[in-house]
Amino acid sequence: MSDYSKKILRVPTYSLLREQDADKQPVLVANNLGIDFGGLTAVDSFNIAIGPTEISGLIGPNGAGKTTIFNLLTGVYQPTRGAVLLKGIDTKGMQPSKVTRMGIARTFQNIRLFTDMTAKDNVKVGMHKDIRCSFFSSLLRLPSYYKSERAADEKAMELLEFMGLADVADVKAGSLPYGVQRRLEIARALATDPAILLLDEPAAGMNPSETAELTAQIRRIRDTFQIAVFLIEHDMNLVMNVCEAIAVVNYGKIIAKGTPDEIKNDPAVIEAYLGKKEES
Amino acid sequence: MDFLQYFIDGLYIGAIYAIIALGYTMVYGIAKMLNFAHGDVIMVGAYMSYTFVSASGMPVYLSIPIAMVICTVLGIVIEGLAYKPLRGTSSLAVLITAIGVSYFLQNAAQLIWGPAEIGFNRLVNAKPFLLFDGKLRVSPEAMVTLAIAVVIMVALTTFVNRTQTGKAMRAVAEDRDAAQLMGINVNRTISITFAIGSALAAVAGVLLCSKVQSVSPTVGSMPGIRAFTAAVFGGIGSIPGAMLGGMLLGLIETLTGAFISTQFSDAIVFLILIIVLLVKPAGLLGKQVQEKV
Amino acid sequence: MIFLIWLLYIPALYLVYGLRLALAGMGIYLHTFPTMLLHGAVFVGVYHLVKLLKKLLKVQPRIPANAGKKDKTISVYGVVTVGFTAMTALQGYGMLSRSMQGYLVPICAYVVLALSLNLVVGISGELSLGHAGFMGVGAFTGIVAATCAQNAVGDPFLRLVIGMLAGGLMAGVAGLIVGIPVLRLRGDYLAIVTLAFGEILRSLTENLHVGLDSAGLHLSMSNGGVQLQEGGKMIISGALGATGIKPISTFVAGILLVLFTVAVVLNLVHSREGRAIKAVRDNRIAAESVGINATTFKLKAFVISAVLAGMAGALFGLNLGSVQASKFSYTTSIDILVYVVLGGMGNMLGSIISTVVLYLIPEFLRSLADYRMIMYAVVLIVVMLCTWSPKIKNTISLFTYTMRTYWNRLMRKKGGSGK
Repeated sequence: MSDYSKKILRVPTYSLLREQDADKQPVLVANNLGIDFGGLTAVDSFNIAIGPTEISGLIGPNGAGKTTIFNLLTGVYQPTRGAVLLKGIDTKGMQPSKVTRMGIARTFQNIRLFTDMTAKDNVKVGMHKDIRCSFFSSLLRLPSYYKSERAADEKAMELLEFMGLADVADVKAGSLPYGVQRRLEIARALATDPAILLLDEPAAGMNPSETAELTAQIRRIRDTFQIAVFLIEHDMNLVMNVCEAIAVVNYGKIIAKGTPDEIKNDPAVIEAYLGKKEES
Repeated sequence: MDFLQYFIDGLYIGAIYAIIALGYTMVYGIAKMLNFAHGDVIMVGAYMSYTFVSASGMPVYLSIPIAMVICTVLGIVIEGLAYKPLRGTSSLAVLITAIGVSYFLQNAAQLIWGPAEIGFNRLVNAKPFLLFDGKLRVSPEAMVTLAIAVVIMVALTTFVNRTQTGKAMRAVAEDRDAAQLMGINVNRTISITFAIGSALAAVAGVLLCSKVQSVSPTVGSMPGIRAFTAAVFGGIGSIPGAMLGGMLLGLIETLTGAFISTQFSDAIVFLILIIVLLVKPAGLLGKQVQEKV
Repeated sequence: MIFLIWLLYIPALYLVYGLRLALAGMGIYLHTFPTMLLHGAVFVGVYHLVKLLKKLLKVQPRIPANAGKKDKTISVYGVVTVGFTAMTALQGYGMLSRSMQGYLVPICAYVVLALSLNLVVGISGELSLGHAGFMGVGAFTGIVAATCAQNAVGDPFLRLVIGMLAGGLMAGVAGLIVGIPVLRLRGDYLAIVTLAFGEILRSLTENLHVGLDSAGLHLSMSNGGVQLQEGGKMIISGALGATGIKPISTFVAGILLVLFTVAVVLNLVHSREGRAIKAVRDNRIAAESVGINATTFKLKAFVISAVLAGMAGALFGLNLGSVQASKFSYTTSIDILVYVVLGGMGNMLGSIISTVVLYLIPEFLRSLADYRMIMYAVVLIVVMLCTWSPKIKNTISLFTYTMRTYWNRLMRKKGGSGK
């Protein structure tokens, strides 16, 4: 671990850590993160630390820069300022694929599945880095090919079952209903064997009962895999229910951090969402 | 002095490329398809001009409007029969259909006029201007061609920016569905684009064949590909880009042929294109669009 | 079960070859290496075909969604072997015209080209217009390699294999050099740059002079060509191309290459690599989000495709006495692309069938003389419209539906009156 992360750990105000994670190394740290798009500052001085088994949320009004923050954390955008530390390692200059292989997985606001492939194949693509089978043994169909394929099939089915998708395993992803597609995207992200899972508006377009199901599912994911979950969501019911810590952003900056109860009563948050009193 | 001579020659062929590239770029920008048959519409335009000139003995410049009208009709017919039914499907499917149209036009021309090259009259039958004691030859055709290219570019830019139809074209180019929702007749706009592109192809055909002084069924294919590269070079979809790309391509081609190597001038032209695209992936004047995550 | 078919297969094969021996009076070396290899391949193909037939004959109310995929893979091998057996039988009975026999090897080469291009266009989802360039690299490398090996290797089949390997290797290197910069671009820009690279490759080979003499291999790109010692031999002379090639390509070798290509492409598609390639095609950003490096996998598909195209080029180049670089221009690339798109992108069986059919259409239309290429163009346009246009597709399906219901009603009436 670099001394960089130790330095950050000494500054408690950054942290969103739960008590049980407090003595552990955070899995993801954003240190003074910022990005400019052609002179326009989209995200600025974004500081956060997420514990290894924590469910935390990122909320804020539309256009606050939440998805941009996700893109920075996963390496899709390179930050203009600051650094992202994943398991204590600076991800600067890494390709998004490399960052993922290091242990961060995500879903997308506008679902991005491999629509022409079956649900199972989608998950198997997610397991890409863990399938140990050389190029030539798959070309020559050596026994190791069959062995690794069988193992992959089994693990994919386990994951699909876990997400309640076993019966659609052989259906093309593009023809699945919306809510199922969202769950499949989570299954695919879990297949990469991440240390932290980022969910970008997982409940968007879901009805209340589906959302309630999702809330339980997110908890089950954390409990089963012992990983951190970091989510963007507009559905306050879900956020307040499932998140143990919340950061609120507006205009690319964090305006509040804390437990759901603290956030609910924070005047800055209320102002950001509802506007100032004299305006209303 | 040699350099200046080659420079002028390069501008001459470059102007022709530019006119062809303008057609490519318009169609690509608005219909989002690579019209592989564009080069063959050029050929048809040239043959039309040839036919009318040889039948009635009229001067070549008078045959240009006739060729333009015929090519315009041809363009609209091709678009309606072969491309319109495939609108909204895979762009590859349209590409292959365009290749089919290209084969069709080439072979039809071969049937009608035969596979051999036919002599083509010069556009302007005047003596070249000799400058610097005859060291520098400027043919009047080169000047006329350049002038036509500039006029076309200015006219097109004005048309696209100022008129109602032009605005509709830009809207369709930007977002076809949104344009449709705003009450723009997308099909009609695309048909008009094809009509304009084909009319330009007719002009280019006459100018091209007047330069090489012959016409054959395959006269349009290689310049067509060249002009397409020119359009990409300048940034496909952009009118000034096509002009710039065409001129630059003509210059590079002539100058490398003269000073570096004739046999490798093709390779060098394409190599420069590749390098430009690697540095500026959307061409010289193209807009870089980044995919949103 | 397999053994039983094997037992049945051998006498059947001997019957075909025996009749061929008797009718055409041609010798056949059953024990040479290539035929043995082929027998193995044909055997596997027939086995798969029988399995497929059994599955089809079994009355099944509905085939599960998963079963279809596997059957398709098997039937590709089946179709190739059946095609081979049919052609060999026809040849044996002397029912194949001379020109038809001449098409066999080029068809195999083009099938391989279409399959390999399908890997790039269909599976990897990138439009490449320079495939013929790799074919050309493979052809000339193969010719040079086979000519150099002429004294060292006596067996023509082995020499062909050497030529194909060399051609594939060289084309693969070219694919790597082209692919690294090109695959950074997207969509139509990638298409135009592949076209440009294809033309560069052609332009380079058009100026290439290669000669062989006692001192060794001479290479030159200048206009003057190369100076050879007494008894030396020009292999490639610039725009005139390669002349005086000893034709060593055979139909058997062609089919083996097709089977090899099918195996490579299909095994690749159904592996970890293939899934990654398809994932990048379907959604590049999502693929990167699950740890797949998009460029690496696009490059892999591109280079494999180039290697296969190079091998096909070597097969093609070593088929006739001479070949020119102009053969490998963008028009050939476009022809191959037409085969791929018409056969269905990503559909390997479709590529094979459409290549064979489209290659032969102009030949069958020979009686139309001057009109044949026009007819070819019309067929191409009409087929594209019929397979892609939503309106026309609807009309066709409506028509067939009406015909079917009418037919059913007719049958029912007949059945009714029978009772």
